[in-house]
Amino acid sequence: MIRVEKLKKSFGTNEVLRDINISIQPQEVVVVIGPSGSGKSTFLRCINRLETITEGHIYIEDKDITDKKTDINKIRENVGMVFQQFNLFPHKTVIENIMISPLKVKKAKESEAKEKGMALLRKVGLEEKANVYPDSLSGGQKQRVAIARALAMEPKIMLFDEPTSALDPEMVGEVLEVMKQLAKEGMTMVVVTHEMGFAREVGDRVIFMDGGYIVEENIPAELFGNPQNERTKLFLGKVL
Amino acid sequence: MDFRFDIIVEYAPFFLKGTLLTIGLSLAGIAIGTILGLFIGLGKMLKNRWLSFPFECYITIFRGTPLMVQILLIHFAVVPFIIDDTNGIAAAIIALSLNAAAYIAEIFRAGILSIDKGQMEAARSLGMNHVQAMRYIILPQASKRMIPPLGNEFIILIKDSSLASLVAAPEIMYWGRAMNGQYFAVWEPYLTAAVIYLLLTLSLSYLLHRLERRLATE
Ligand SMILES: Nc1ncnc2c1ncn2[C@@H]1O[C@H](COP(=O)(O)OP(=O)(O)OP(=O)(O)O)[C@@H](O)[C@H]1O
Ligand SMILES: [Mg+2]
Repeated sequence: MIRVEKLKKSFGTNEVLRDINISIQPQEVVVVIGPSGSGKSTFLRCINRLETITEGHIYIEDKDITDKKTDINKIRENVGMVFQQFNLFPHKTVIENIMISPLKVKKAKESEAKEKGMALLRKVGLEEKANVYPDSLSGGQKQRVAIARALAMEPKIMLFDEPTSALDPEMVGEVLEVMKQLAKEGMTMVVVTHEMGFAREVGDRVIFMDGGYIVEENIPAELFGNPQNERTKLFLGKVL
Repeated sequence: MDFRFDIIVEYAPFFLKGTLLTIGLSLAGIAIGTILGLFIGLGKMLKNRWLSFPFECYITIFRGTPLMVQILLIHFAVVPFIIDDTNGIAAAIIALSLNAAAYIAEIFRAGILSIDKGQMEAARSLGMNHVQAMRYIILPQASKRMIPPLGNEFIILIKDSSLASLVAAPEIMYWGRAMNGQYFAVWEPYLTAAVIYLLLTLSLSYLLHRLERRLATE
Protein backbone atom coordinates (compact mmCIF):
# COMPACT_ATOMS: atom_id res chain seq x y z
CA MET A 1 0.00 0.00 0.00
CA ILE A 2 2.84 2.37 0.97
CA ARG A 3 6.42 1.58 0.07
CA VAL A 4 9.21 3.90 1.13
CA GLU A 5 12.64 3.37 -0.38
CA LYS A 6 15.82 5.12 0.70
CA LEU A 7 13.90 8.23 1.66
CA LYS A 8 16.07 11.22 2.51
CA LYS A 9 14.97 14.67 3.47
CA SER A 10 17.05 17.71 4.32
CA PHE A 11 16.11 21.25 5.28
CA GLY A 12 19.07 23.16 3.92
CA THR A 13 22.06 21.46 5.47
CA ASN A 14 20.00 19.84 8.22
CA GLU A 15 19.58 16.16 7.30
CA VAL A 16 16.33 15.21 8.99
CA LEU A 17 15.58 11.85 7.34
CA ARG A 18 18.71 9.93 6.46
CA ASP A 19 17.57 6.61 5.06
CA ILE A 20 14.03 5.46 5.64
CA ASN A 21 12.84 2.14 4.23
CA ILE A 22 9.50 0.64 5.08
CA SER A 23 6.61 -1.12 3.48
CA ILE A 24 3.11 -0.80 4.88
CA GLN A 25 0.37 -3.32 4.06
CA PRO A 26 -3.32 -2.57 3.45
CA GLN A 27 -5.28 -2.39 6.72
CA GLU A 28 -2.12 -2.21 8.75
CA VAL A 29 -1.86 0.22 11.66
CA VAL A 30 1.69 1.47 12.05
CA VAL A 31 2.55 3.56 15.08
CA VAL A 32 5.59 5.81 14.92
CA ILE A 33 7.33 6.80 18.14
CA GLY A 34 10.57 8.59 18.89
CA PRO A 35 12.09 11.58 20.63
CA SER A 36 11.29 15.16 19.64
CA GLY A 37 13.10 16.24 16.50
CA SER A 38 13.73 12.71 15.29
CA GLY A 39 11.84 13.38 12.04
CA LYS A 40 8.49 11.69 12.72
CA SER A 41 6.38 14.58 11.43
CA THR A 42 8.67 15.10 8.49
CA PHE A 43 8.37 11.42 7.56
CA LEU A 44 4.58 11.58 7.72
CA ARG A 45 4.46 14.80 5.70
CA CYS A 46 6.65 13.26 3.01
CA ILE A 47 4.06 10.51 2.52
CA ASN A 48 1.56 13.00 1.11
CA ARG A 49 4.27 15.30 -0.16
CA LEU A 50 3.52 18.23 2.09
CA GLU A 51 7.31 18.23 2.21
CA THR A 52 9.33 17.97 -0.95
CA ILE A 53 11.34 14.78 -0.97
CA THR A 54 15.10 15.24 -1.26
CA GLU A 55 16.02 11.72 -2.33
CA GLY A 56 14.53 8.25 -2.63
CA HIS A 57 11.06 7.07 -3.58
CA ILE A 58 7.65 6.69 -2.01
CA TYR A 59 5.10 4.50 -3.74
CA ILE A 60 1.44 4.71 -2.84
CA GLU A 61 -0.52 1.89 -4.40
CA ASP A 62 2.45 1.47 -6.74
CA LYS A 63 2.39 5.07 -7.93
CA ASP A 64 5.67 6.85 -7.38
CA ILE A 65 4.73 10.13 -5.72
CA THR A 66 8.25 11.47 -6.19
CA ASP A 67 7.70 11.28 -9.94
CA LYS A 68 7.01 14.74 -11.37
CA LYS A 69 4.34 13.29 -13.65
CA THR A 70 2.26 11.91 -10.77
CA ASP A 71 -0.78 14.09 -10.05
CA ILE A 72 -0.23 14.67 -6.34
CA ASN A 73 -3.75 16.04 -5.85
CA LYS A 74 -5.19 12.72 -6.99
CA ILE A 75 -2.92 10.88 -4.56
CA ARG A 76 -3.89 13.15 -1.70
CA GLU A 77 -7.56 12.36 -2.25
CA ASN A 78 -6.66 8.86 -1.09
CA VAL A 79 -4.46 9.92 1.80
CA GLY A 80 -6.23 11.69 4.64
CA MET A 81 -4.24 13.63 7.19
CA VAL A 82 -5.03 14.71 10.74
CA PHE A 83 -2.88 17.40 12.32
CA GLN A 84 -1.88 18.11 15.89
CA GLN A 85 -3.36 21.61 15.60
CA PHE A 86 -6.60 20.40 13.94
CA ASN A 87 -6.43 23.05 11.19
CA LEU A 88 -10.19 23.27 10.80
CA PHE A 89 -11.38 26.06 8.52
CA PRO A 90 -12.64 28.73 10.94
CA HIS A 91 -14.79 30.55 8.36
CA LYS A 92 -16.86 27.45 7.67
CA THR A 93 -19.32 25.57 9.84
CA VAL A 94 -18.58 22.03 10.91
CA ILE A 95 -20.62 20.47 8.13
CA GLU A 96 -19.16 22.89 5.56
CA ASN A 97 -15.68 21.92 6.71
CA ILE A 98 -16.55 18.34 5.92
CA MET A 99 -18.35 19.01 2.64
CA ILE A 100 -15.98 21.48 1.01
CA SER A 101 -13.51 19.03 -0.44
CA PRO A 102 -16.03 16.48 -1.76
CA LEU A 103 -17.90 19.41 -3.35
CA LYS A 104 -14.96 21.21 -4.90
CA VAL A 105 -12.52 18.41 -5.58
CA LYS A 106 -14.79 15.46 -6.31
CA LYS A 107 -17.61 17.63 -7.66
CA ALA A 108 -20.07 15.72 -5.50
CA LYS A 109 -23.71 16.76 -5.42
CA GLU A 110 -24.61 19.07 -2.54
CA SER A 111 -27.29 16.74 -1.19
CA GLU A 112 -25.07 13.68 -1.31
CA ALA A 113 -22.12 15.45 0.26
CA LYS A 114 -24.38 16.68 3.04
CA GLU A 115 -25.86 13.27 3.67
CA LYS A 116 -22.44 11.67 3.82
CA GLY A 117 -21.11 14.48 5.98
CA MET A 118 -23.92 14.00 8.47
CA ALA A 119 -23.27 10.26 8.55
CA LEU A 120 -19.61 10.94 9.34
CA LEU A 121 -20.56 13.37 12.09
CA ARG A 122 -22.83 10.73 13.57
CA LYS A 123 -19.93 8.33 13.46
CA VAL A 124 -17.69 10.66 15.47
CA GLY A 125 -20.59 11.54 17.76
CA LEU A 126 -21.04 15.18 16.77
CA GLU A 127 -24.21 15.22 14.74
CA GLU A 128 -25.70 18.05 16.80
CA LYS A 129 -22.68 20.28 16.07
CA ALA A 130 -23.15 20.30 12.29
CA ASN A 131 -24.08 23.95 12.01
CA VAL A 132 -21.78 25.59 14.52
CA TYR A 133 -18.41 27.15 13.77
CA PRO A 134 -15.22 25.37 14.93
CA ASP A 135 -14.50 28.18 17.40
CA SER A 136 -17.23 26.96 19.71
CA LEU A 137 -15.94 23.38 19.91
CA SER A 138 -13.65 21.84 22.50
CA GLY A 139 -10.28 20.47 21.40
CA GLY A 140 -11.49 16.90 21.38
CA GLN A 141 -14.54 17.83 19.33
CA LYS A 142 -12.37 19.77 16.88
CA GLN A 143 -10.12 16.80 16.34
CA ARG A 144 -13.08 14.50 15.77
CA VAL A 145 -14.42 16.92 13.18
CA ALA A 146 -10.98 16.99 11.55
CA ILE A 147 -11.05 13.19 11.34
CA ALA A 148 -14.53 13.28 9.82
CA ARG A 149 -13.38 15.91 7.33
CA ALA A 150 -10.49 13.71 6.21
CA LEU A 151 -12.77 10.67 5.96
CA ALA A 152 -15.18 12.58 3.72
CA MET A 153 -12.78 12.10 0.84
CA GLU A 154 -13.00 8.34 1.40
CA PRO A 155 -9.25 7.91 1.74
CA LYS A 156 -7.59 4.54 1.72
CA ILE A 157 -4.84 5.67 4.05
CA MET A 158 -5.00 7.95 7.08
CA LEU A 159 -2.01 9.77 8.52
CA PHE A 160 -2.17 11.08 12.08
CA ASP A 161 0.47 13.48 13.41
CA GLU A 162 0.19 13.53 17.20
CA PRO A 163 -3.59 13.93 17.04
CA THR A 164 -4.00 14.07 20.81
CA SER A 165 -0.94 16.10 21.82
CA ALA A 166 -2.74 19.45 21.83
CA LEU A 167 -5.65 18.13 23.88
CA ASP A 168 -6.49 18.41 27.55
CA PRO A 169 -6.04 14.96 29.10
CA GLU A 170 -9.75 14.37 29.61
CA MET A 171 -10.35 14.70 25.85
CA VAL A 172 -7.67 12.33 24.66
CA GLY A 173 -9.89 9.30 25.12
CA GLU A 174 -12.73 10.41 22.84
CA VAL A 175 -10.32 10.96 19.95
CA LEU A 176 -8.46 7.69 20.47
CA GLU A 177 -11.83 5.94 20.58
CA VAL A 178 -12.66 7.22 17.09
CA MET A 179 -9.26 6.13 15.84
CA LYS A 180 -9.67 2.66 17.33
CA GLN A 181 -13.01 2.33 15.60
CA LEU A 182 -11.37 3.33 12.33
CA ALA A 183 -8.63 0.75 12.78
CA LYS A 184 -11.24 -1.90 13.47
CA GLU A 185 -12.97 -1.05 10.20
CA GLY A 186 -9.75 -1.86 8.39
CA MET A 187 -8.35 1.58 7.61
CA THR A 188 -4.65 1.68 6.77
CA MET A 189 -3.16 4.05 9.32
CA VAL A 190 0.18 5.64 10.12
CA VAL A 191 0.03 7.25 13.54
CA VAL A 192 2.66 9.40 15.21
CA THR A 193 1.80 9.47 18.90
CA HIS A 194 3.06 9.51 22.43
CA GLU A 195 0.10 7.41 23.56
CA MET A 196 1.86 4.14 24.26
CA GLY A 197 -1.39 2.55 25.43
CA PHE A 198 -2.90 3.17 22.03
CA ALA A 199 0.22 1.85 20.30
CA ARG A 200 0.07 -1.36 22.29
CA GLU A 201 -3.61 -1.93 21.85
CA VAL A 202 -4.22 -0.86 18.25
CA GLY A 203 -0.85 -0.96 16.55
CA ASP A 204 0.06 -3.86 14.31
CA ARG A 205 3.60 -2.62 14.28
CA VAL A 206 5.55 0.02 16.15
CA ILE A 207 8.41 1.94 14.60
CA PHE A 208 10.99 3.69 16.74
CA MET A 209 12.67 6.60 14.97
CA ASP A 210 15.74 8.46 16.11
CA GLY A 211 18.16 10.78 14.36
CA GLY A 212 16.47 10.36 10.97
CA TYR A 213 16.59 6.57 10.94
CA ILE A 214 14.17 3.81 11.78
CA VAL A 215 16.16 2.37 14.63
CA GLU A 216 13.88 -0.52 15.49
CA GLU A 217 10.52 -1.91 14.45
CA ASN A 218 8.46 -4.76 15.77
CA ILE A 219 5.03 -5.84 16.92
CA PRO A 220 4.05 -3.76 19.96
CA ALA A 221 4.42 -6.56 22.51
CA GLU A 222 7.99 -7.23 21.39
CA LEU A 223 9.11 -3.64 20.94
CA PHE A 224 7.77 -2.54 24.30
CA GLY A 225 8.48 -5.79 26.15
CA ASN A 226 11.80 -6.70 24.69
CA PRO A 227 13.50 -3.78 22.94
CA GLN A 228 16.80 -4.70 21.28
CA ASN A 229 18.44 -1.38 20.56
CA GLU A 230 20.05 0.68 23.32
CA ARG A 231 18.44 3.89 22.12
CA THR A 232 15.01 2.26 22.08
CA LYS A 233 15.54 1.08 25.64
CA LEU A 234 16.63 4.54 26.71
CA PHE A 235 13.62 6.20 25.08
CA LEU A 236 11.12 3.69 26.42
CA GLY A 237 12.68 3.99 29.86
CA LYS A 238 11.82 7.68 29.79
CA VAL A 239 8.27 7.52 28.48
CA LEU A 240 6.86 4.36 29.98
CA MET B 1 -10.88 89.52 6.52
CA ASP B 2 -14.34 89.19 5.08
CA PHE B 3 -15.33 85.74 3.98
CA ARG B 4 -17.06 85.91 0.55
CA PHE B 5 -19.80 83.34 0.36
CA ASP B 6 -20.89 84.79 -2.99
CA ILE B 7 -17.83 83.50 -4.81
CA ILE B 8 -18.35 80.05 -3.28
CA VAL B 9 -21.92 80.10 -4.56
CA GLU B 10 -20.66 81.18 -7.95
CA TYR B 11 -18.20 78.26 -8.03
CA ALA B 12 -20.63 75.74 -6.54
CA PRO B 13 -21.55 74.14 -9.90
CA PHE B 14 -17.85 73.71 -10.71
CA PHE B 15 -17.13 72.19 -7.32
CA LEU B 16 -20.03 69.83 -7.88
CA LYS B 17 -18.61 68.72 -11.23
CA GLY B 18 -15.19 68.51 -9.63
CA THR B 19 -16.54 66.34 -6.84
CA LEU B 20 -18.07 63.94 -9.35
CA LEU B 21 -14.74 63.68 -11.13
CA THR B 22 -12.90 63.15 -7.85
CA ILE B 23 -15.30 60.33 -7.04
CA GLY B 24 -14.80 58.93 -10.53
CA LEU B 25 -11.02 59.08 -10.31
CA SER B 26 -11.10 57.46 -6.88
CA LEU B 27 -13.45 54.68 -7.91
CA ALA B 28 -11.41 53.94 -11.01
CA GLY B 29 -8.22 53.97 -8.96
CA ILE B 30 -9.75 51.66 -6.35
CA ALA B 31 -11.12 49.21 -8.91
CA ILE B 32 -8.08 49.01 -11.17
CA GLY B 33 -5.65 49.29 -8.26
CA THR B 34 -7.31 46.43 -6.40
CA ILE B 35 -7.34 44.03 -9.34
CA LEU B 36 -3.79 44.92 -10.30
CA GLY B 37 -2.74 44.81 -6.66
CA LEU B 38 -4.05 41.28 -6.15
CA PHE B 39 -2.19 40.15 -9.24
CA ILE B 40 1.06 41.86 -8.21
CA GLY B 41 0.77 40.68 -4.61
CA LEU B 42 0.37 37.07 -5.76
CA GLY B 43 3.23 37.63 -8.19
CA LYS B 44 5.55 38.77 -5.43
CA MET B 45 4.68 35.61 -3.49
CA LEU B 46 5.83 33.28 -6.28
CA LYS B 47 8.45 30.87 -4.98
CA ASN B 48 10.70 31.25 -8.00
CA ARG B 49 12.96 34.25 -7.33
CA TRP B 50 13.26 35.11 -11.00
CA LEU B 51 9.51 35.23 -11.48
CA SER B 52 8.79 37.21 -8.31
CA PHE B 53 11.57 39.72 -8.88
CA PRO B 54 9.75 41.97 -11.42
CA PHE B 55 6.78 42.25 -9.06
CA GLU B 56 9.08 43.16 -6.22
CA CYS B 57 10.69 45.87 -8.37
CA TYR B 58 7.31 47.26 -9.30
CA ILE B 59 6.33 47.62 -5.64
CA THR B 60 9.67 49.16 -4.70
CA ILE B 61 9.53 51.73 -7.48
CA PHE B 62 5.94 52.84 -6.97
CA ARG B 63 6.20 53.00 -3.20
CA GLY B 64 9.61 54.60 -3.27
CA THR B 65 8.82 57.60 -5.48
CA PRO B 66 6.34 60.45 -4.91
CA LEU B 67 2.94 60.12 -6.53
CA MET B 68 3.34 63.68 -7.79
CA VAL B 69 6.40 62.66 -9.78
CA GLN B 70 4.56 59.62 -11.11
CA ILE B 71 1.58 61.67 -12.28
CA LEU B 72 3.76 64.24 -14.03
CA LEU B 73 5.90 61.56 -15.66
CA ILE B 74 2.89 59.63 -16.86
CA HIS B 75 1.03 62.66 -18.12
CA PHE B 76 3.86 64.52 -19.81
CA ALA B 77 6.22 61.71 -20.75
CA VAL B 78 4.88 58.15 -20.72
CA VAL B 79 1.42 58.61 -22.27
CA PRO B 80 2.57 61.02 -25.02
CA PHE B 81 5.45 58.66 -25.79
CA ILE B 82 3.05 55.77 -26.32
CA ILE B 83 0.01 57.35 -28.00
CA ASP B 84 1.35 60.73 -29.10
CA ASP B 85 -1.40 62.55 -27.21
CA THR B 86 -2.36 63.01 -23.62
CA ASN B 87 -5.31 63.60 -21.38
CA GLY B 88 -5.22 64.68 -17.77
CA ILE B 89 -8.04 62.44 -16.61
CA ALA B 90 -6.62 59.33 -18.23
CA ALA B 91 -3.13 60.08 -16.93
CA ALA B 92 -4.49 60.65 -13.41
CA ILE B 93 -6.39 57.37 -13.46
CA ILE B 94 -3.34 55.49 -14.69
CA ALA B 95 -1.03 57.03 -12.11
CA LEU B 96 -3.45 56.60 -9.22
CA SER B 97 -4.16 52.98 -10.15
CA LEU B 98 -0.54 52.01 -10.63
CA ASN B 99 0.44 53.69 -7.38
CA ALA B 100 -2.41 52.22 -5.34
CA ALA B 101 -1.71 48.78 -6.83
CA ALA B 102 1.74 48.76 -5.22
CA TYR B 103 0.32 49.44 -1.76
CA ILE B 104 -2.64 47.12 -2.26
CA ALA B 105 -0.29 44.34 -3.39
CA GLU B 106 1.48 44.56 -0.04
CA ILE B 107 -1.87 44.54 1.78
CA PHE B 108 -2.91 41.38 -0.06
CA ARG B 109 0.41 39.73 0.60
CA ALA B 110 0.35 40.56 4.28
CA GLY B 111 -3.26 39.35 4.51
CA ILE B 112 -2.46 36.03 2.88
CA LEU B 113 0.71 35.53 4.93
CA SER B 114 -1.22 36.23 8.12
CA ILE B 115 -3.25 33.05 7.63
CA ASP B 116 -1.76 30.12 9.50
CA LYS B 117 0.08 27.82 7.11
CA GLY B 118 -1.77 24.85 8.57
CA GLN B 119 -4.83 26.09 6.66
CA MET B 120 -3.10 25.66 3.32
CA GLU B 121 -1.69 22.30 4.37
CA ALA B 122 -5.08 21.04 5.50
CA ALA B 123 -6.67 22.16 2.24
CA ARG B 124 -3.93 20.56 0.15
CA SER B 125 -4.06 17.34 2.18
CA LEU B 126 -7.76 17.13 1.27
CA GLY B 127 -6.86 17.03 -2.40
CA MET B 128 -7.44 20.67 -3.30
CA ASN B 129 -4.98 22.16 -5.74
CA HIS B 130 -3.24 25.43 -4.96
CA VAL B 131 -5.83 27.58 -6.71
CA GLN B 132 -8.77 25.87 -5.00
CA ALA B 133 -7.09 26.17 -1.60
CA MET B 134 -6.47 29.88 -2.21
CA ARG B 135 -9.97 30.52 -3.44
CA TYR B 136 -12.03 28.58 -0.91
CA ILE B 137 -9.84 28.58 2.17
CA ILE B 138 -7.13 31.24 2.24
CA LEU B 139 -8.60 34.28 0.46
CA PRO B 140 -11.97 34.27 2.27
CA GLN B 141 -10.14 34.39 5.59
CA ALA B 142 -7.49 36.83 4.41
CA SER B 143 -9.98 39.25 2.86
CA LYS B 144 -11.65 39.90 6.21
CA ARG B 145 -8.33 40.93 7.68
CA MET B 146 -7.55 43.07 4.64
CA ILE B 147 -10.60 45.30 4.92
CA PRO B 148 -9.23 47.80 7.47
CA PRO B 149 -5.91 48.40 5.68
CA LEU B 150 -7.66 48.44 2.29
CA GLY B 151 -10.11 51.04 3.63
CA ASN B 152 -7.16 53.12 4.74
CA GLU B 153 -5.63 52.87 1.31
CA PHE B 154 -8.88 53.90 -0.38
CA ILE B 155 -9.10 56.99 1.84
CA ILE B 156 -5.53 57.90 0.97
CA LEU B 157 -6.42 57.43 -2.67
CA ILE B 158 -9.31 59.92 -2.47
CA LYS B 159 -6.99 62.51 -0.98
CA ASP B 160 -4.18 61.73 -3.40
CA SER B 161 -6.50 62.25 -6.36
CA SER B 162 -6.14 65.99 -5.64
CA LEU B 163 -2.76 65.76 -7.36
CA ALA B 164 -4.65 65.27 -10.62
CA SER B 165 -5.17 69.06 -10.60
CA LEU B 166 -1.51 69.31 -11.63
CA VAL B 167 -2.30 67.75 -14.99
CA ALA B 168 -5.45 69.80 -15.50
CA ALA B 169 -7.96 67.10 -14.67
CA PRO B 170 -10.90 69.24 -13.52
CA GLU B 171 -11.50 67.65 -10.12
CA ILE B 172 -12.06 69.46 -6.79
CA MET B 173 -8.61 70.97 -6.35
CA TYR B 174 -8.50 72.08 -9.96
CA TRP B 175 -11.55 74.29 -9.37
CA GLY B 176 -10.18 75.42 -6.05
CA ARG B 177 -7.04 76.62 -7.76
CA ALA B 178 -9.07 78.23 -10.54
CA MET B 179 -11.11 80.14 -7.97
CA ASN B 180 -7.94 81.19 -6.21
CA GLY B 181 -6.55 82.45 -9.50
CA GLN B 182 -9.64 84.42 -10.37
CA TYR B 183 -10.32 86.16 -7.03
CA PHE B 184 -6.96 85.94 -5.29
CA ALA B 185 -8.87 84.39 -2.41
CA VAL B 186 -7.33 81.61 -0.35
CA TRP B 187 -9.70 80.79 2.49
CA GLU B 188 -12.81 80.34 0.36
CA PRO B 189 -11.49 77.95 -2.30
CA TYR B 190 -9.27 75.82 -0.11
CA LEU B 191 -11.66 75.56 2.82
CA THR B 192 -14.42 74.55 0.44
CA ALA B 193 -12.16 71.88 -1.03
CA ALA B 194 -11.16 70.70 2.45
CA VAL B 195 -14.79 70.34 3.52
CA ILE B 196 -15.71 68.34 0.41
CA TYR B 197 -12.74 65.97 0.86
CA LEU B 198 -13.66 65.52 4.49
CA LEU B 199 -17.22 64.63 3.56
CA LEU B 200 -15.98 62.11 1.00
CA THR B 201 -13.52 60.41 3.33
CA LEU B 202 -15.97 60.37 6.22
CA SER B 203 -18.64 58.75 4.05
CA LEU B 204 -16.19 56.07 2.94
CA SER B 205 -15.08 55.44 6.54
CA TYR B 206 -18.68 55.04 7.55
CA LEU B 207 -19.40 52.55 4.75
CA LEU B 208 -16.29 50.52 5.56
CA HIS B 209 -17.11 50.49 9.23
CA ARG B 210 -20.54 49.08 8.49
CA LEU B 211 -19.12 46.46 6.16
CA GLU B 212 -16.63 45.41 8.82
CA ARG B 213 -19.37 45.07 11.41
CA ARG B 214 -21.51 43.04 9.02
CA LEU B 215 -18.65 40.64 8.30
CA ALA B 216 -17.75 40.37 11.98
CA THR B 217 -21.22 39.17 12.93
CA GLU B 218 -21.44 36.68 10.09
N1 LIG C 1 9.98 23.47 7.66
C1 LIG C 1 11.16 23.19 8.26
N2 LIG C 1 12.24 23.93 7.99
C2 LIG C 1 13.43 23.68 8.58
N3 LIG C 1 13.63 22.69 9.46
C3 LIG C 1 12.58 21.91 9.78
C4 LIG C 1 11.29 22.13 9.20
N4 LIG C 1 10.44 21.21 9.71
C5 LIG C 1 11.16 20.46 10.56
N5 LIG C 1 12.44 20.87 10.61
C6 LIG C 1 13.52 20.25 11.43
O1 LIG C 1 13.51 18.88 11.20
C7 LIG C 1 13.78 18.16 12.37
C8 LIG C 1 12.74 17.09 12.59
O2 LIG C 1 11.49 17.71 12.80
P1 LIG C 1 10.15 16.89 12.95
O3 LIG C 1 9.08 17.89 13.14
O4 LIG C 1 10.00 15.94 11.82
O5 LIG C 1 10.41 16.09 14.28
P2 LIG C 1 9.37 15.25 15.13
O6 LIG C 1 9.98 13.92 15.30
O7 LIG C 1 8.02 15.31 14.53
O8 LIG C 1 9.41 16.01 16.51
P3 LIG C 1 8.20 16.32 17.52
O9 LIG C 1 8.04 15.09 18.38
O10 LIG C 1 8.75 17.47 18.33
O11 LIG C 1 7.01 16.67 16.74
C9 LIG C 1 13.87 19.19 13.50
O12 LIG C 1 15.23 19.40 13.77
C10 LIG C 1 13.28 20.43 12.91
O13 LIG C 1 13.91 21.56 13.41
MG1 LIG D 1 6.17 16.25 15.07
